[in-house]
Amino acid sequence: MRSNTLVRVASYAGLSILAFVMLFPLLYAISGSLMTTREISTYPPAFLPSSPRLGNFVDVLRALPLPRQYLNSVIVAVCVMTGQLLTSVLSAYAFTFLRMPLRNLVFGVFLATMMVPWEAIIIPNYLTMADSHLINTYPALIVPFLAAGFGTFLLRQFFMSFPRDLYEAAQVDGVGHLRFIWSILIPLSRPALAALAIWSFLSAWNQFLWPLLVINQDQMATLQIGISRLQDAEAATAPNFILAGTVLALIPTLLLIYFGQRHIVRGLTAGAVRG
Amino acid sequence: MLETLERRGFRNLLPWRAVSSTAGRRADYNRREVATALVMLAPSFVLFTAWIFYPLARSIYLSFHGNDLFGRPTAFVGLAQFQAVFSSPSLRETIVRTVVFTALTVIPGLLLGTLIALALQAPIRGVGIFRTLLATPFAFSVATASVIFQIFFNPGVGVFNAILNLAHLHPVGWLTNPATALASVAVATVWLQLGYNVLVLSAGLQGIPEEVYEAARLDGAKGFTLTRFITLPLLTPTLFFLLVVSTVIAIQSFGQIHILTRGGPAGATTTLVYSLYLNAFAFGSTNYGLASAQALILFAIVVVVTALQFGVLERRVFYR
Repeated sequence: MRSNTLVRVASYAGLSILAFVMLFPLLYAISGSLMTTREISTYPPAFLPSSPRLGNFVDVLRALPLPRQYLNSVIVAVCVMTGQLLTSVLSAYAFTFLRMPLRNLVFGVFLATMMVPWEAIIIPNYLTMADSHLINTYPALIVPFLAAGFGTFLLRQFFMSFPRDLYEAAQVDGVGHLRFIWSILIPLSRPALAALAIWSFLSAWNQFLWPLLVINQDQMATLQIGISRLQDAEAATAPNFILAGTVLALIPTLLLIYFGQRHIVRGLTAGAVRG
Repeated sequence: MLETLERRGFRNLLPWRAVSSTAGRRADYNRREVATALVMLAPSFVLFTAWIFYPLARSIYLSFHGNDLFGRPTAFVGLAQFQAVFSSPSLRETIVRTVVFTALTVIPGLLLGTLIALALQAPIRGVGIFRTLLATPFAFSVATASVIFQIFFNPGVGVFNAILNLAHLHPVGWLTNPATALASVAVATVWLQLGYNVLVLSAGLQGIPEEVYEAARLDGAKGFTLTRFITLPLLTPTLFFLLVVSTVIAIQSFGQIHILTRGGPAGATTTLVYSLYLNAFAFGSTNYGLASAQALILFAIVVVVTALQFGVLERRVFYR
């Protein structure tokens, strides 16, 4: 069995190297965020801080409206997530359990919304926001994303596998639709709802082009915009500063990826996240 | 669904009795149920109408009109805006560049993703931890990834030139040289997309039933033969799905271009989407007519790519 051991050792070695290369940008960001400005600007580049310091984090939070932008991003992502869960549960319920004329056609229309690239309709949407004086407001960042064809599709897939007897029994017993959804369907659909929650949160959290257009005040900007503007001010001088901000911005999504991965995989093949 | 109900003998118990036969398609719907369905679909439908269907129609309207300096539509110009996109060499270039950029990101992304996903099939303990770690880029937004790669690409103190230096090669102006800028942006994009690719392909590989491998092993297949003739053919539906999704994502790339190069140097990274942004929004520009024509071309490309890939490629894909 010596060759077996050899294969195992080689597998661990290979995967470790792979993981190191893949994780390098993250490791570099963490390492760099703990360096002094002088240290990170040396040549050849230093990869580990000689004496790790947390000062950059304090500085970046103090010098910029980053805490406010963090809050903005949390508010936007949570609202979008909640909205998508609500609208998707309702529409997926209607498509799965209720009978109406042209149901498949309407479902097709819902699916077709996933085919429209956001960039292709961004000009009229920007104009709508500008005309309604919603530039630099939360509604501009939230309202267009409160419904998602992806969410309806994902939940409908799950509801279809739901034991129909339960629904029928509830009907016979005269249980109302909303009560059925709230006390039976939702508790039994937690995995699908978790998948949708994570996906909608991630896509809202990571948005770039739309907040860039509808927000032009630092106080209302989302974290992603704030991070990208760090470079305009500091690129040449203080990468350590930029990296500290970047690491802060990454914490929520890293936690989601590392601890919610099985939920993410469930939503994977159902569609992609909008850029 | 109806067959199931009938089989279960529920037909006459159901409150709506919406049983339609294959012959006569007139189902008698329960009015209250239909009303409930409409109310439940209304929130999504209203939002889709306001933020997807209406703007699509308005894009078409804008693209058929000229516009004044404030972006307000003026005279009907027919297809002139579309002609402008295709006749101006610099605008036509943006479409070619989009195709090149897409190829530069999608192909390496699929190849590397497949290799990593195959490596993650190693029969060792703790491989799940590696899978979690290798999905890391998926946690990055386009902004966070671009900001870090911006530092990597720095000609003076960046990591990439340090590696070249170790190999005694000349430093490269990754983002400042028109010859390398597009490929450099693609490198950052491939890395950003790779976490998602690994997750999807890993899920695909894990979906291949163990019995298939056992049967093949009994027939004497092993190692590379097993991968080439069993694993990869069975993975093609997943690869195909990923090809469609990552192509559509690549075509829409914006953030990495905006952060890394602003479309430069000398327009070398101005893709269709970035050109649209420049025409409509950058530096006080309000050329909504031209930009809307570009937006519709983008929409058409996405629809055609999706249809092409489903129509042409699907026939050559192995489905279980």
